Amino acid sequence: MTEVLSAERSQAVDAMLPRSFRVERTRRDTRDTFTLELAPVGGDPLRFAAGQFTMLLAAGVGEVPISISGDPSGGGLLEHTIRNVGSVTRALVATPRGGVLGVRGPFGTGWEVERGEGGDVVLVAGGIGLAPLRPALLQVVRNRERYNRVLLLYGARTPEDILFAPDLERWERDHDVEVAVTVDNGPHDWRGRVGLVTRLVPRAGFDPSRTTAYVCGPEVMMRSTALALRDRGVRADRIRLSMERNMKCGVGLCGHCQLRELFLCVDGPVLGFDRLEPLMSRWEL
Amino acid sequence: MTVRTLDETLREHPFFEGVGEEVVALLAGCARNVHFRPDELVFQEGQPADFFYLIKEGRVAIQLHEVAGGASIIDTVDAGEVLGFSWLVPPYRWVFDARATVDTRAVGFDAVCLRTKCDADPAVGYVLLSRVARTMHERLEAARVRLVDLYGTRTR
Amino acid sequence: MTGAHTLALDDLQELIDILSSRGYSVLGPTVVDGAIDIRPLTSVSQLPHGWGDEQDGAHYRLRRRGDDAVFGFACGAQSAKPVFFPADELLWRSRSGPDGPQIDRPDDDRPDDDRYGPPYAVLGLRSCDLAAIRIHDRVLTGRAVADAHYATRRTDSVIIAVTCTDPAGTCFCVSMDTGPVPSEGFDIALTELYADGPHRFVARPGSPRGAELLERLAARDATDEDLAHAASVGEQAAQRMGRRLDDTNLKNILYDNAESAVWDDVADRCLSCGNCTLVCPTCFCTSITDVSDLAGATSERHRVWDSCFSADYSYIHGGAVRESTRSRYRQWMTHKLAAWKDQFGTSGCVGCGRCITWCPAAIDITAEAGELRRVAEHREERRARQP
Repeated sequence: MTEVLSAERSQAVDAMLPRSFRVERTRRDTRDTFTLELAPVGGDPLRFAAGQFTMLLAAGVGEVPISISGDPSGGGLLEHTIRNVGSVTRALVATPRGGVLGVRGPFGTGWEVERGEGGDVVLVAGGIGLAPLRPALLQVVRNRERYNRVLLLYGARTPEDILFAPDLERWERDHDVEVAVTVDNGPHDWRGRVGLVTRLVPRAGFDPSRTTAYVCGPEVMMRSTALALRDRGVRADRIRLSMERNMKCGVGLCGHCQLRELFLCVDGPVLGFDRLEPLMSRWEL
Repeated sequence: MTVRTLDETLREHPFFEGVGEEVVALLAGCARNVHFRPDELVFQEGQPADFFYLIKEGRVAIQLHEVAGGASIIDTVDAGEVLGFSWLVPPYRWVFDARATVDTRAVGFDAVCLRTKCDADPAVGYVLLSRVARTMHERLEAARVRLVDLYGTRTR
Repeated sequence: MTGAHTLALDDLQELIDILSSRGYSVLGPTVVDGAIDIRPLTSVSQLPHGWGDEQDGAHYRLRRRGDDAVFGFACGAQSAKPVFFPADELLWRSRSGPDGPQIDRPDDDRPDDDRYGPPYAVLGLRSCDLAAIRIHDRVLTGRAVADAHYATRRTDSVIIAVTCTDPAGTCFCVSMDTGPVPSEGFDIALTELYADGPHRFVARPGSPRGAELLERLAARDATDEDLAHAASVGEQAAQRMGRRLDDTNLKNILYDNAESAVWDDVADRCLSCGNCTLVCPTCFCTSITDVSDLAGATSERHRVWDSCFSADYSYIHGGAVRESTRSRYRQWMTHKLAAWKDQFGTSGCVGCGRCITWCPAAIDITAEAGELRRVAEHREERRARQP
């Protein structure tokens, strides 16, 4: 009787089935953060957009959402930067070279850095939030001529926690990216900035009227950064944030990642501040 | 290279953005250009807080010296920002060390001179104080947010 | 009405037999452990003959009706949700191999315990439960990615609906415009007549398959008198709703009053047990559970019902987003009555009243929504009066 859409059934089954990927290399980025480089066991490399995430499965331990941190232009290994803080992430980073992990996805909306073409681009990262922004930066520097000023404002906990230091240097040196790093706590021999990353926004050299901003970090940091950007005159819909909630299925079916009317795994994780502002200012929504 | 007068320098600094020229000119009477070499102490904890600085170039680290393990930097002040609040509040004594991390140029205001002018003309005092309060508010807010260790590993 | 027939109980038995012979798993209401629930059905004798129900906040009792009605209850403990969307669904099994886990699709290997697998024929569903199925079809198969398991269970299913003749104290389908008379989403809709004449059922076809089944039964055409009688039964039922929910502007009221003190009040009573989400015919949240043997050689992934009232539900690194009961109840009700409209174009509530009946604290969604509205409107009035 009732017509039930069956055209997408195989697609749905596939969305719940992990693909096998082999660990080719595990790079230690900081004391607690590692980047896994994965190659598919058979089949094509995973195509993804900057800002998307996957569900990574450590067999027998569990599955967690992790943003893709590698180059979205394709061809290379699939990179995920993982902070070793829980049982699943511990199992993921402990997987030896040649070991196999399950990958579902990619899921969710991307940064859509194309939106920033022709204008200034400001990327603001807090902590591990630099990992999901890395594909965006790789895409921007690959097409550097399409952008005017490119700024990366990055806040880390301590100098030891600074991620992708060689990348930061290369982007600044070779690709005219204005990189400003600040830490929460600096040892006495630290020559860089100390302070909250939002403090870099008021005096950063971008033209708010033609700026697109991409912000990723803890929600408190994203909220204050977005407000600081808007105070400078950046349009709310051009301030894009990546939200973290309990992503489980990745396809909007399981309900866990809801933020009022949004299913963040499909409507997000990347959304404009115009849409998010009323949802970010209420506790436990 | 054009030589800027102190007045011009002050008016270009974000701290004085929107402040009337007469007020800037009046306060410029307390100011002079200063320069700090890398690692040079700008002021030291416990000493009389006799200056207020607008940073033009460079960076100053605000440090807390601990008995063991050396100093840790709790904040930095860059070009376009201001340094020093203790000159404003009795007992006018620095609470932290301030050390230039790189070659740093600033405008230094004599604190006694500033306080005298503010006392003599409360309107000027109000303008100056509301600017300082804005900066203090920014710093306090940032310090409070940092208290939660945003990027740390939270366990419950 | 074209194609309406009048059936006797024997005709219902024949209908069950025909459906069984065609390979359907036939399910219907029966008395189980002091409640009416949906179970495999081979005989009309399994139907709840002469049983009615009494439902109120935290109250459910079967009662003797004093007649022979087989559909004389308001609604069973569960809707058809467990049929098409079981509480535990095996997604896949895997065995460890040289290239990592070898995954078997469930389609290749249907679980043994699935004897009552699809296609299903479900007898005796109420209009509210049909509305819930329509909502699940939209939520689970009408979006970019469908729930394949739900789609499989729904494929070719036969729905035989029943007009609600004796609604319970917790019923408010009229408010939600979902009943009590089935209007769509069925193959056959029955209206049971047990007064004024012999015990009989007026059967309307709702699909070509339903019409074909009715033709097969060789029952007599419904008389105008039977049709009129059936219509009046439905109209009377509509007058006897135990509760009411005012849906007007409810989305905005919920969105705008996320900080209302009403939430604190309900949080004082709510046990965060999740019963409401389990009995709700539209709640669809699930979790994924992986189970493996001790050696780790094989593992299974299951999709299991979850509830927004659990702490794990909103867990992210550092803790749960919704720590308090206040925020969890708010999430459930705001999703059901407000966010659902943005997500799927309809309310998520069909007015079946099960969440009221099965709440151990007798929390009443209609009362809470009403209170929220009252407080919000009172505040608006006060604001308007201010100069």
